[in-house]
Amino acid sequence: MFGLEKKDATLLLLVAALTIFAPFLLNPFPEGSAMAQFNAGYPDLMQRFVIFGIFAIGFNILFGLTGYLSFGHAAFLGVGSYAAVWMFKLLSMNVLPAILLAVVMSGLFALLIGYISLRRSGIYFSILTLAFAQMMFALAYSVLTPITGGETGLQLALSDPRILDGGTADGNLPVPGLFGLEMRDSAQLELGAWVFTFNIGYYFCAIVMLLAFYLAIRIFRSPFGMMLRAIKSNQQRLNYTGLNPKPYTLAAFVISGMYAGLAGALMASMDPLAGAERMFWTASGEVVLMTILGGVGTLIGPVLGAGAIKYMENIISKINSDILHGWFAFLPDGLEDFIVAVIYPFIGKGWHLTLGLIFMAVVIFLPGGLVEGGQRIARAFRRKKPDTPKSAKTEPAE
Amino acid sequence: MGILEVKDVGKRFGGLKALSDVNLSVKENSCHAIIGPNGAGKSTLLNCLVGKLIPDTGSVMFDGQSVLGRSPHEINQMGISRVFQTPEIFADLTVFENMMIPLFAKRDGAYRLHAYESVSNERALIEEAERMLDDVNMLDKRHMHSASMSRGDKRRLEMAMCLVQNPKLLLLDEPTAGMARADTNNTIDLLKEIKAKRDITIAIIEHDMHVVFSLADRITVLAQGTPLVEDAPENIKGHPKVQEAYLGETH
Ligand SMILES: Nc1ncnc2c1ncn2[C@@H]1O[C@H](COP(=O)(O)OP(=O)(O)OP(=O)(O)O)[C@@H](O)[C@H]1O
Ligand SMILES: [Mg+2]
Repeated sequence: MFGLEKKDATLLLLVAALTIFAPFLLNPFPEGSAMAQFNAGYPDLMQRFVIFGIFAIGFNILFGLTGYLSFGHAAFLGVGSYAAVWMFKLLSMNVLPAILLAVVMSGLFALLIGYISLRRSGIYFSILTLAFAQMMFALAYSVLTPITGGETGLQLALSDPRILDGGTADGNLPVPGLFGLEMRDSAQLELGAWVFTFNIGYYFCAIVMLLAFYLAIRIFRSPFGMMLRAIKSNQQRLNYTGLNPKPYTLAAFVISGMYAGLAGALMASMDPLAGAERMFWTASGEVVLMTILGGVGTLIGPVLGAGAIKYMENIISKINSDILHGWFAFLPDGLEDFIVAVIYPFIGKGWHLTLGLIFMAVVIFLPGGLVEGGQRIARAFRRKKPDTPKSAKTEPAE
Repeated sequence: MGILEVKDVGKRFGGLKALSDVNLSVKENSCHAIIGPNGAGKSTLLNCLVGKLIPDTGSVMFDGQSVLGRSPHEINQMGISRVFQTPEIFADLTVFENMMIPLFAKRDGAYRLHAYESVSNERALIEEAERMLDDVNMLDKRHMHSASMSRGDKRRLEMAMCLVQNPKLLLLDEPTAGMARADTNNTIDLLKEIKAKRDITIAIIEHDMHVVFSLADRITVLAQGTPLVEDAPENIKGHPKVQEAYLGETH
């Protein structure tokens, strides 16, 4: 199906189903209940899940397949955002030209930075990419203020030309859309105590992510993908087999840079502004964490990793001590205070600590990331049924 | 003129003269063995042929063209494949994938962006890979992770990866070291069969004299970086200089 093997097609359909029903799946708790805290089914967060999913899928094409660890991929995300906002300012609030320019621009930047950085490998490659990204961050923050808006970031203004759209009728800033559909529009469905939100922006991003995911599967299963894995495995053998690893690695770098640019354009399409902090080195580090947490070199891993980190960043960070006290109010006062004091460092601003611990646990106990965890659970279940002979077969990573 | 012409090649590593005044002519479609004690410079000579090392002096011509200054992948595309002394394979890939990569290199050249097509649709190449795996008795291992194989199997796989490219010149650096006797005999049979079936020139470095005398049409004895004698196998056996070179060493 879709030119994919059955196993890959199943995975794609599964991901498609999960993204389509995400507004339900992520909102399992009734509105107003104590657990509503953990609902993630609101547009802003769901958009972030899929956008960072795209970012991580693309990053994994470089890091997961070739083993080249870029520490500067946020630079391409930033380029994508700036390019998209400029398109909103100059041409039209339609998101398609914005996305197109963003992907092209980030691809060009990736070509240049990749060409230079890929002259080295290993840690030197990582450092070079980091240096480039920090340089671009510094430029965007100061010298290039006329293009990037500097500290305040690049924003829309009423005076922007927007050649195709013409002037805005009312005195309000226009919003990004797609042929009349506004990205910020949502429909709400109330079912008893539950409220589900269906946001146009989210569904647009989800469709783009599914396309990006489909493309990644094709790349993984292609001769090109196999060459990239061969580069990670043994460049010497590849050389003596008549292949030139350089253009392959560069192509992977550019493709993953374009994925990052696409993610940046979508961020700008959901909220039409772009700031230099999107290029900061912590943003580059985040996508590395997402990929490793989910499972390096696996298809679905980066998406899971992105989801897990964005969930923690947005949900755990919102829990404060009042909420904790509320949860443990049934305990005797002394015990309540004690438990709250123990948990407190891990919530709110302390979510980084929680993330760090989980990350360490995954790297130590599940080097294959969350995907390996899932596979182990699946295998344990299959082993219980003795009449499945296939269970012993080592499966390639999904 | 042989298909491979090595003229006055010299190579130093710091103060060590690894090769000096090496002259070698390998006839097309012959099997030329290079023997010699450990450290004689046999692997160094091979490295000079495939672009891994650049000799300090001399010239190396293959098929009428100089190989010096070309990168390894260009030299391979000229028709030279090489098996290493310690097996070099794609350890993270399956045996089957290891076979597909040389086939793609042969068909598509040093670089081609096939990012949208599926490997599983390459029927012709898959068949070729399977036929070659069958020839080296590894078809049943095709789904195996190649890192988990024995050293002997890795060698056989590497040899299959080179042979499947149908090279004009095959360079083998101790292809049977670490193999069980039965596998060594299989390898001899395989190489004999390949020689009979195809137009292929083989240059082989080997310590196992059984292998050398089963395959070689010509033998060059290398000692301390210089060829001592070059002759037909039957003349090499009793050659006093050869005895001296080997007996002088602890081998
Ligand atoms: N890259 C290198 N740098 C420095 N010295 C080297 C290098 N490669 C080989 N040598 C030295 O050159 C000499 C020849 O080595 P070479 O590996 O060619 O020998 P060989 O004939 O293949 O021996 P063996 O039978 O043990 O494989 C040895 O003394 C070795 O230590
Ligand atoms: Mg050697």
